[in-house]
Amino acid sequence: MFDFQIVSTWLHGVLTGVMPEWAAILTESVLVALLIITLYAVFAIVLIYMERKICAFFQCRLGPMRVGKWGLLQVFSDVFKMLTKEIIEMRQSDRLLHNMAPFLVVAASMTTFACLPWNMGGHIIDFNVGVFFFLAIGSIGVVGILLAGWSSNNKYSLIGAMRSGAQIISYELSIGMVMLTMICLTGTMSFSEICQQQADYGWNILRGHVPAVLAFIIYLIAGNAECNRGPFDLPESESELTAGYHTEYSGMHFGYYYLAEYLNLFICAGMATTIFLGGWAPIYFPGLEGFNDVMAMIPGCVWFLGKTFFVVFLLMWERWTFPRLRIDQILSLEWKYLLPFTMVLLVVMALCVSLGLTF
Amino acid sequence: MQNRHALCMCIEKAMGVEVSDRVKVIRTIMDELQRIDSHILFFSCLAQDLGATTAFLYGFRDREKILDIFEETCGGRLILNYNTIGGVMADIHPNFQKRVKEFIPYMRKNINEYFDIFINNVIFQHRAKGIGTLTKEQCIAFGCTGGTGRAAGWHNDVRKRMPYAAYDRVQFNEVTRTEGDSYARVLVRMDEILESLNIIEQLIDNIPEGNYREKMKPIIKVPAGTYYTAVEGSRGEFGVLLESKGDKSPYRLHYRSTGLPLVAVMDTACKDHLLADLITIGGTVDYVVPDIDR
Repeated sequence: MFDFQIVSTWLHGVLTGVMPEWAAILTESVLVALLIITLYAVFAIVLIYMERKICAFFQCRLGPMRVGKWGLLQVFSDVFKMLTKEIIEMRQSDRLLHNMAPFLVVAASMTTFACLPWNMGGHIIDFNVGVFFFLAIGSIGVVGILLAGWSSNNKYSLIGAMRSGAQIISYELSIGMVMLTMICLTGTMSFSEICQQQADYGWNILRGHVPAVLAFIIYLIAGNAECNRGPFDLPESESELTAGYHTEYSGMHFGYYYLAEYLNLFICAGMATTIFLGGWAPIYFPGLEGFNDVMAMIPGCVWFLGKTFFVVFLLMWERWTFPRLRIDQILSLEWKYLLPFTMVLLVVMALCVSLGLTF
Repeated sequence: MQNRHALCMCIEKAMGVEVSDRVKVIRTIMDELQRIDSHILFFSCLAQDLGATTAFLYGFRDREKILDIFEETCGGRLILNYNTIGGVMADIHPNFQKRVKEFIPYMRKNINEYFDIFINNVIFQHRAKGIGTLTKEQCIAFGCTGGTGRAAGWHNDVRKRMPYAAYDRVQFNEVTRTEGDSYARVLVRMDEILESLNIIEQLIDNIPEGNYREKMKPIIKVPAGTYYTAVEGSRGEFGVLLESKGDKSPYRLHYRSTGLPLVAVMDTACKDHLLADLITIGGTVDYVVPDIDR
């Protein structure tokens, strides 16, 4: 299996050869930051194009076809348009908070983006409490949303922001419970170790059989709600509140929210891939050694991206099929149905693990 | 199409002009096609407002078939200058019967898709059942004709009460329900699509031969008096009141719009509901804003 540590130790060696240790680490940090920002932008473009094409195919039409072959340049032109739009200043909004809110959302999003396990040895942020850190940083995005609604000086934005805040903090509980369920199975919270275990023993969703499959389904539902997408996009439903909490944003500020929404979707899918489908681990069947060796030749990042895009497809499928739920239905779904169910699921998984019923 | 039908019927009734059977049957078929077209639009826009964009586009894909049929015969897709005083502007296109006969089984099959993707979906049912209930007394008091009234149990179908054109020769059911909530309103219109398909099926093979337009004088003079005719429009009873003093132009021409009572009832229907229910109720009560202000 291609281990990225080969590349990173080589690079460190080269840099320490020409500059002192602290300068080498500084250079590496800057390079990694640039890499994150670039990947962030590239994946946003890919995801936006993917969404437009996939939603078009579901709706019996073709999607963008004119700008570039098969509409490939469509997203680039959309990005240019957004960069050149005027940022409209409102007279009576809270200027500081209004300008700061998109950056909070994007900062939270980028930090969680850096937590994803890209390859064997290719982890950017890898604590021993990785999952916990991920959940904590992901919650900072809510602050950005609430600030956006409040500082817009617009009562419908405020309604949208309140709804969004209530929805996100409710579904974080379900996501936390589901992740705890899987941590019961893996015994560790560090992402690199979770993926390494799955490389050695097989994907978690196969190891955990019934409880893991149920946890995966609940994660798909709660993850959609976390990203304000899919059947849970009432806070930004166009038909009722224009655009919810980001109504009063234009130009690049709106672009940040747009970006963050798609990347949150990607991160949510990436997390599902990591804890359920194996992260960068190739598919592993105990006993089929020849097959396993062939699969291991494909580098880890290809596995990771392939699985993540598959989960993104599932999430998009969910979004374009169902109508929207009302806010009281969203919250009652969480508090009355999903949360008790996930609590029971956690107990079931703990029992399975302690009785040795997992693979 | 249906609105012009009402106006032409009113003037023909006032002048005592008897149109041929062929014209009556053609007008009925066209009216029913427009009814299906309008109910598909109802379904699609309701789905779109509630967030199910895919269902919206499935409805529009099927609506294109009807609009293509209209375009071939009438020359327009949505603005159909087809009915005229004394008959219709031009005879039906030679392809008309074949295309309509192909459309009928196609639509029957595709309605099941609408049920699968949207109407039987548990999310939609939770958003529509019990929401915006209107009692029969409220509907009668406000004058909410059309599907809205029929969903509450009011038998107000003009095609049954005062049959016109070819409606007295075809068998069809008047679709009514008793619950009066948004879900009932949606089901009423879906069933009406099937009933319209039945009506068209009974008529499409037996269009009688005859004139497609009576000879009329170049200047129309309606005898003095007051005349009222109504048709069952897709969204309610569409009436035309014509008052003439015997001159070349009418003294008064007033349309009873289908939309104004439906908008008036919104406040009553929306009491004690949530903001998000406004969308569901407004979508199912099915008013058209330009129609309100006649």
